[in-house]
Amino acid sequence: MIKLTQVTKTFPGATAPAVENLSLEINEGEVVVLVGPSGCGKTTTLKMINRLVEPTSGTITVAGQDILSMHAHELRRGIGYVIQQIGLFPHKTIAANIATVPTLLGWDKDKTAQRVDQLAQLVELPAEMLGRYPSELSGGQRQRVGVARALAADPPVLLMDEPFGAVDPIVRANLQNELLDLQARLRKTIVLVTHDIDEALKLGDRVAILNVGGILEQYGSPEEILREPANEFVEEFLGGERGLKRLALMPVSAAGLRPGPVIDVNTSRATALQVAADNATDWVGLLDQDRLLGWVFTADIAAARAPTDLEPRPFWVTLDRESSLREALDAVVTSHARVAVVLDGDRYVGMLDIDTIGEGVTE
Amino acid sequence: MIIAQQYGRPLIDWAWIGNHTDELWERFVEHLVLTGLAVAIGLALSLVLAVIAIRWRRTYQPILAASSILYTIPSLAAFAFLVAVFGLFSLATALIPLVTYTLLILVRNIVTGIDGVPNSVREAADGMGYRPLRRFMTIELPLAAPVVIAGVRIATVTVVGLVTVTSLLGRGGLGFFILNGFRKSIVSSTEILVGTVLVVALAAGLDALLLGLERLMTPWRRGEAA
Repeated sequence: MIKLTQVTKTFPGATAPAVENLSLEINEGEVVVLVGPSGCGKTTTLKMINRLVEPTSGTITVAGQDILSMHAHELRRGIGYVIQQIGLFPHKTIAANIATVPTLLGWDKDKTAQRVDQLAQLVELPAEMLGRYPSELSGGQRQRVGVARALAADPPVLLMDEPFGAVDPIVRANLQNELLDLQARLRKTIVLVTHDIDEALKLGDRVAILNVGGILEQYGSPEEILREPANEFVEEFLGGERGLKRLALMPVSAAGLRPGPVIDVNTSRATALQVAADNATDWVGLLDQDRLLGWVFTADIAAARAPTDLEPRPFWVTLDRESSLREALDAVVTSHARVAVVLDGDRYVGMLDIDTIGEGVTE
Repeated sequence: MIIAQQYGRPLIDWAWIGNHTDELWERFVEHLVLTGLAVAIGLALSLVLAVIAIRWRRTYQPILAASSILYTIPSLAAFAFLVAVFGLFSLATALIPLVTYTLLILVRNIVTGIDGVPNSVREAADGMGYRPLRRFMTIELPLAAPVVIAGVRIATVTVVGLVTVTSLLGRGGLGFFILNGFRKSIVSSTEILVGTVLVVALAAGLDALLLGLERLMTPWRRGEAA
């Protein structure tokens, strides 16, 4: 979808190029994150794609077309653009801000208004905000408007320059998740710039790690990069806890879930004790059909007539199938039972212990 | 006025006002038109100069310097010089100095206003595919409006005052009455006072009108104070 070939940018008066001989291919429908330390040319690279910065040499094509063969303003109207400072127009209402590109393209009023409503819903912006001015919105809401504005004319490509850099960590995490949800539905080709490696690993289908001077050190999926960093620079840039970062990328379903020491609540006392013994635990989980009721100590079972007589203790931490192995690890170390219980809605799916999680990583 | 009272006449001769309403109105309108023309031409000229100054930054200081030299020429001297060129009763003689006095204020305020537009807004506009002229007219200029209008207000009030001086050229609007009042063998305090009050009222009225216009043009700023 986007192809950079041997692209170099030297700013006037600079001794060294900001980006040197960079070649990069971005496929349709994927999120590629450009990440690196300051001075690595990531923003310059992004801005060359919509010609806010003109390359010194090399070629860039978008959808097979050489961008230098098009008028810059026409190219830009076909590419969504989101920046850190958002850059909403303070003198225009939220609706008018969102309608920016449709207005430039000369859409008629009804079509534009319809599209604005649709986008407000898409980014979960309350309709009453549409008549307000940017100064009346919170940082998170403004960022949503920025995304809606970029998506207004339904461009196939979205460029995002540190889109979540200016909001606090909690809002940032929410906005990141919303972007992932949005992307799951829209399947845009997104190029996103960040200096935050964790954000890159979370959002990117592929991550391009750039070094000072626009040198591409590694380009691959987050999982690949964490598993096999190409060199020392990448290793250092990834920082500590690489194992944990990989766990954060893997869903619990990637690890072999075990049935665990779980019995139906109507099972006899002897079977219950046998299951606990087989699993070398001092407790068993109780199931009612496929619903997990909780767990009981084997010592209590031994004292009781049958498991049904006992009041099961709840599992404090449960995970759903979409949770990451990192969350599972957290559940294991914080639970008394040293297991993470995985549910699918109400339905019991299985358990993970620390060994299962370890196997998931080494596979 | 003390002199006037020495002759035993009242400060204001109400009958005179009653007899001269038509002429007062005529001169008032003339004053308004001269002011409006001068500020409008000044604003148009300043816009051009400001765009040049913004586009080619190096020209900004020379443009400002030239405007301030024009600004420092005493109005009376300027009128005297222009009378020699364009003649006594020419509109150009009156308008040229009036326009030049607005340039310094207006050019500076337009450039300052445009400079005050956040870079992120400009970058977003470019990134969305605005072309330069449209960006200037629909994004930068409206955002600069508060500073530009502040300049227009100062320029307008200044010009209202200066138009009074042009009465020496026979095109003075309300200045005519002030001058006339002094010229009479018995100084007419009524004419001087009425002329002065109307000039002040015109200046204050136009200033208030422009302030209202600014409020009207910048609805987005109402939320900002909070």
